[in-house]
This record gives sequence, C-alpha cells and structure tokens, in this order.
Amino acid sequence: MREVAIVGVGHSGFRSITPDMSYKELMYEAAARAYEDAGVDPRRDVQSFVSVAEDFNEGTSIFDEYVPDQIGGVLKPVHTIPGDGIHGLIAAYMQVLTGAMDVVMVEAHSKASNVLTLTDVVAYAMDPIYNRPLGANPVFIAGMEMNRYLHHTGTTEEQCAQVVVKNRSNGFLNPSAAYGASLSLDAVLASQPVSYPLKRLEISSHADGAIVMVLASGDVAEQLSYLPIWIRGVGWCNETPSLETRDWEGATYARKAAEMAYRVSGIRSPRLEIDFAEVDDTFAYKELQHMEALGLCRDGEAGLLVEEGATELDGDLPINPSGGSLGVGHLLDASGLARVLEVVLQLRGEAGERQLEDAETGLAFGWRSIPTTSGAAVVLSV
Amino acid sequence: MKKMRDVPLREAQLCGDNWQGRLAMGMRKVAVVGAGMTKFMRRAQETGRELAYQASKMALDSCEMTLDDIDSVALGTAPDAFDGVHMKGEYLSDGAGAWNKPYMRCYVGGGTGVFAVIQGWYHVASGLFDTCLVVCEEKMSSCKPHPQGAFLTIFDHTTERPLKPNLVWIFALEMNRYMTVHGLDKKDIARVAVKNKRNALDHPCAQVAADITVEDVLNSEVLAWPVQRLDISPTSDGAAAIVMVAEHVAKRITDNPVWVKGVGWSLDTAYWTSRDLYYPRYVESAARMAYDMAGIAEPRKEIHIVEPYDPFDYKELHHLEGLLLADKGDAARLTAEGVTARDGNMPVCPSGGMLGVGNPIAAAGLMKVSEIFWQLRGEAGKRQVPGQPRTGLAQSWGDLMQVGCVAILGI
Repeated sequence: MREVAIVGVGHSGFRSITPDMSYKELMYEAAARAYEDAGVDPRRDVQSFVSVAEDFNEGTSIFDEYVPDQIGGVLKPVHTIPGDGIHGLIAAYMQVLTGAMDVVMVEAHSKASNVLTLTDVVAYAMDPIYNRPLGANPVFIAGMEMNRYLHHTGTTEEQCAQVVVKNRSNGFLNPSAAYGASLSLDAVLASQPVSYPLKRLEISSHADGAIVMVLASGDVAEQLSYLPIWIRGVGWCNETPSLETRDWEGATYARKAAEMAYRVSGIRSPRLEIDFAEVDDTFAYKELQHMEALGLCRDGEAGLLVEEGATELDGDLPINPSGGSLGVGHLLDASGLARVLEVVLQLRGEAGERQLEDAETGLAFGWRSIPTTSGAAVVLSV
Repeated sequence: MKKMRDVPLREAQLCGDNWQGRLAMGMRKVAVVGAGMTKFMRRAQETGRELAYQASKMALDSCEMTLDDIDSVALGTAPDAFDGVHMKGEYLSDGAGAWNKPYMRCYVGGGTGVFAVIQGWYHVASGLFDTCLVVCEEKMSSCKPHPQGAFLTIFDHTTERPLKPNLVWIFALEMNRYMTVHGLDKKDIARVAVKNKRNALDHPCAQVAADITVEDVLNSEVLAWPVQRLDISPTSDGAAAIVMVAEHVAKRITDNPVWVKGVGWSLDTAYWTSRDLYYPRYVESAARMAYDMAGIAEPRKEIHIVEPYDPFDYKELHHLEGLLLADKGDAARLTAEGVTARDGNMPVCPSGGMLGVGNPIAAAGLMKVSEIFWQLRGEAGKRQVPGQPRTGLAQSWGDLMQVGCVAILGI
C-alpha cells in the first residue's frame, strides 16, 4: 500500500480583518511556512499544487488564474478544487496515491473581510428557480435544520449553547484563534435570535487566513520528517442541493463521508479508535449533529456529552480543541483545512496550552456550510 | 459488447471491503468505456442540471451501466458567473448523478474540460475507486446580454479591470503577436476555421457547422483586429460526460476500452503581460508531462489524431506548436498542405472542434476527449478518420492564456 503523510503545515492568520495583507500575501506567508516546515523547495520538490477557492467568495471569476505565483507553482501542475479545504486535501492525496507524484501541496484561504455582502453571496448559491425568488436570508436553512434536529433528537437549546461556551473558551488557548472568549451559558442563550432557535452567538463569525499543507508519499515522508502525520483514510459525500428533498435530521453527507473514511482507514469502532476530533461547527448545533453522524456517539447523545463536559479538552472525547469555527473564526472554504491543521498540531504535540494527552488518532470533518450538503472527512494518525 | 450483468458489478468491485488491498495495486491503468454529449446550442431550454443529467445518462447508457455502478463523480464547469449560481458545482451535483456519492468539482478556467478527465483519472488511478463518472456542463446563455460580460471579472482587479478588457481584445493581442513573429497572413489562419466548420457538418451535435471559404472568414465582421467573427467559436449551452473505470472493470464491460496513457497539466504565471505570447510554453510543459507518462518519445510519429483547443482559429496552430506536433510557426503550412485534414497524415479536430461544434467551455473540452474515444473505437461515424488510429491527444487551454491540460488516450 502506498502511504501518504502530511509532512509540512503552515498558516497565516487567523484574524477578523487583515487590512495589511492581500489574499496573495496571506497565501504566500502560509506557503512559505509550510515549505519551511516540510523542508522542501517548491520549485524543485513539489510536483503538483492544489488550491481551494470559489469565484464568488473571491470576487474574481476563474480565480485559479491568480494562484500559481505566490505558492511557487508557475509552469507546474496547478489546479483548483471549488470545495471544502478537505476536498482539496483529498485531491492532493489521490494524486500521491496514483504513484505519479511524490510531493503535492494543498492551499486554502479566506479573505472574508473583503466581502461586504457575504449573505447576498450565499443567497446566490440557492436554486435560482425554486428558492432564490423567495428572497429569504439563507440562514433560515440553518434555523430550520436546527429546529428539526432538536425535535428529532431531544437535544436542548442549552446543550447547543454549551458548544459555544466550550469552543470559544478553547479558542482562548489558541494563539491563532480570532474569537477566543469567556462566555457564560446565559449570555449565549440571551443573544439575539437570528432564525429561531438559532442565536447570534451560535453562528461562527468569519475570519481571514490561509493554510498550506505538504503531502508526501511514504518513503519520501520518512526522509523529510521526523514525525510524519499519516493519512489513514478519507471520505466525502454530497447529498443533494435540493432543500425540498434532503435529510434535515441526520446530516447524511457526514454519515456517508465518515463511513467511507473509516472503511478506507480500517476503523471498525470510531468511538474507541478516534482519540479526538475536529468537526465542523459553523453553527453550534452542527457540532452535535456532525458528532452523531460521524459515529463518535449515538444519535441524540452528543448534547449530553457536551453537557457532561466529555468533549472538553480534558474530557474523554475532546471535540474542537482548536476552538473550531466558533473560536478560530469561519474561514469560508478553508475551514475544513483549519480542522485538519489542528489535528496535525495535536498529533505532533505542538498544540501548546491546549495540547491533549495521548492523542494518536484524530478525525477532521469539514462541511461547506449552507445551503450545501457537502462534507469531507479525513482520519490522521501519528 | 460483453454483458456485465452476469455478475453484480458492485460485489466484485469491493472485494469484501478490502480497500487497503486495492490501494496496494499502486499505479493502476484507467480506461474510458463510455461517452455521451448533448447537442451544443446557443440557448438550451434545459437548466444546467438537466443538461448534466442528459449527458451523464447517455454516457452511462453507452456502456450499459447505471448510477449504482458508479463509485464517484467528478464535475467540470467553468465560471459561476455564467449561470449566476454561487457554488455551481453544488447546484449541479444531483443532475450529474452525484446524489449520496463522493463528488468533487475541479476548475482550471477554460482548461476545465480536459482537466476533468485528469481528475477522473486520479480518482480511479489512486485506487480509492473503480469507477468515476466525469461530467462537464456549461450554460452560458443565462448570462445577459452576453457571456462576454462574465469575462470582465476575470481580470486583475487593480491593474487590469479598470481598462475594461474583454477576451476578444486580449486574444487579438496574442493572435497579432503570433502572426507577427512568424510572418503569417490572416489567410493562413482562416483555413483552420474553414476546415473545422466543414468537419463539423458530420457532427450531429454541432452548433455552427458550415461550408465556408477562406474569403468568407476574411470578409466577416472585424471584432478586434486581427480577430474577425468567423475566427471565433460561438458561446454555447451543452454538456458532455464520460465513464472512467479501472482495468479489471473495463475488461468485464467492453472488448475495446480506450486507455488513458498519459496526462499533464501546467499553469503559467498570472502576470500574462510579462510573457511573450507568441508561444504557449505552458502547453509544452503539460505536453511533456503527458508524453513522459505515456512513454512517448516522438509525438509526431506516435500521436495519430489530435484535438487541440480551438476557440479561435489561430489557437489550433498555436497549440499544435506547443504540443510539439509542429515546428514553431510551421502549423499554418501543415494546415495549408492538408496534413491536418480529416484524411491527412495527422488529422486535427476531426470532430469539427469548437469552431464548428460549439464552445460550452468545460463541455467543449470533454467533447474533444469523447471524440478521441469514438475515433479510437472506430465509432465516429461519418467523422471517422481513415486508417486505424491507435493514439489520440486532447488538449484544453484557459485562464489568462495560462493553462494547458493534456490527455493522451490509446488502445
């Protein structure tokens, strides 16, 4: 079996605004750090480059035009994946698996602060015939889904709010997090409802930043790194873009992505074999819904685990030790790669004050946010 | 064609859940076993999803497969600005048959059509999947008054966009440079448009097939000198799809699979104003990668048919040179002497290319790969080139005169 490992990571940010840096500078800084970390020269060693971007988020059509220069990819194989950061990671992973490439990099970034009308941009992702004419703020999708999820599983609003308290407090320990805060449960519950029952503080705020990772095939990884982080398995899935026919309860896309990732990595009992996880928490309830869909606990159990503190840094199953999107900031399509970044740092023992003990296998899961049902998972081990 | 229904495909594929066993196979051979495309037209009544569905269904039907046999879906589609749909890949997913499946969209501007095949190749060659449905869709007519408007937003927001450039404008620069460096006449270039539009008369999906003369091209409306109306491919709606599978699946599905021999892609600097536009060095870089993978040492002898990207007539010549299939500045002579005609020594764009069949950006690239597939299988009908071509090359190009994608197929 051809094995693949992450041998270098670098990031720039994450901050709520970055008026001093363009997206190109963010990408350059992250790439330079990742190449330094991996000990590779992009012009000589990196054989292929994968960038993650969506045109409307960038305000530029055919955005991949502006990718190669700042990551060292000029006149080399470079392509874009308009997907989650983990989709990009998987594209790089597959290229190494083919045997045609040994060293491949993946990049994802967010310059969300440049987008003045982010909600309007998201509204453009709605079906142009059936949904867009309604003119609704797209966050209603999250409100409706949260309502359905609470009703279906018996999870309470307090349990969802506890996710916010935990993640933003984890963010305090993460020097890269933009939204670390010490919040009380009441403050979250008392925050303004945006789309009932979803409240303002349960929605992650956007941040700017860039993340780059360098992947290498087994033997090359052993040469490059004293502690390669092995990609044990990947999985991804799209349910349906149609609001009318999708599963509103159980995040089917996450369930199927995880099934594939566990199958590829040979994990039979995720609850026993996964030490910690970074899962998408764009909205607080999503962390709980995703935990259940990913098989980290039974349906309806995630809320209880959060309430009991099992998902805290010192709990049995730490979830989002980085602070997640709620604490770090939502990085648009780079969010998934931010989840992977934390798993890599934890497995390397480089997570500083938020370092978990005995972390050997971690799961990262990213979701492309409303209105999509597109998710990707990756299992990493030391 | 062998019937594959005797043994349930899925059961055989999964080898009892032994995914790691499949990964152990390393570099795997990947075959194209089916292809389908919709008619290319100025304005389709169908939505983008419906176009994607039609092409996928045709591709699956052509190899007697169903969505149940498909492990993964790769989608190619060019700028979201055409459809005005953000995250267009998500919007098209169920039309492309990706419901509850691993699904990924790739994107390299105009090069997307052939890149989608490269993406399908690495899906299967990685060992993660045995089958991949590759779908490309483009619906440019939603963009009003003209899709050219969407291209206003592809330029650098600080240095270029204030000049309000459009594509015809920058390609006129490139065409001018190409003609000047090699001392070419417009007449030398117009022959490409004549050849391709004539070839397209035999293509059932063609949008602008026509029997025209060099004089017609030279007398057509000037858009931005030296580009005239008949030098350009049209804007189109349309979709195309192919089915890519691993070797052991291919052998059970068909007697004549078409193998992916080599792929290559390369992206040049975004600062196109700092490059000499007379030669597409990024196409050469992509071609060398693909030739290397395919073990092709002498492309001019070993490549039998070529489908280079021809959104403008001069681009076909430009790309033949970048692909090392003609000396620099010599491609026009090959065209004049009939070498690139359908019955010539090296047929180029026997389909009719984008100048004749139409140019729904990503779908046009995949149409070129489909044409190679049909030609190599001897299924191209009236377009069939004489002799028995064994190796064909499809190439696409895009971004700011910046990206080359190459796929070499062979039997």
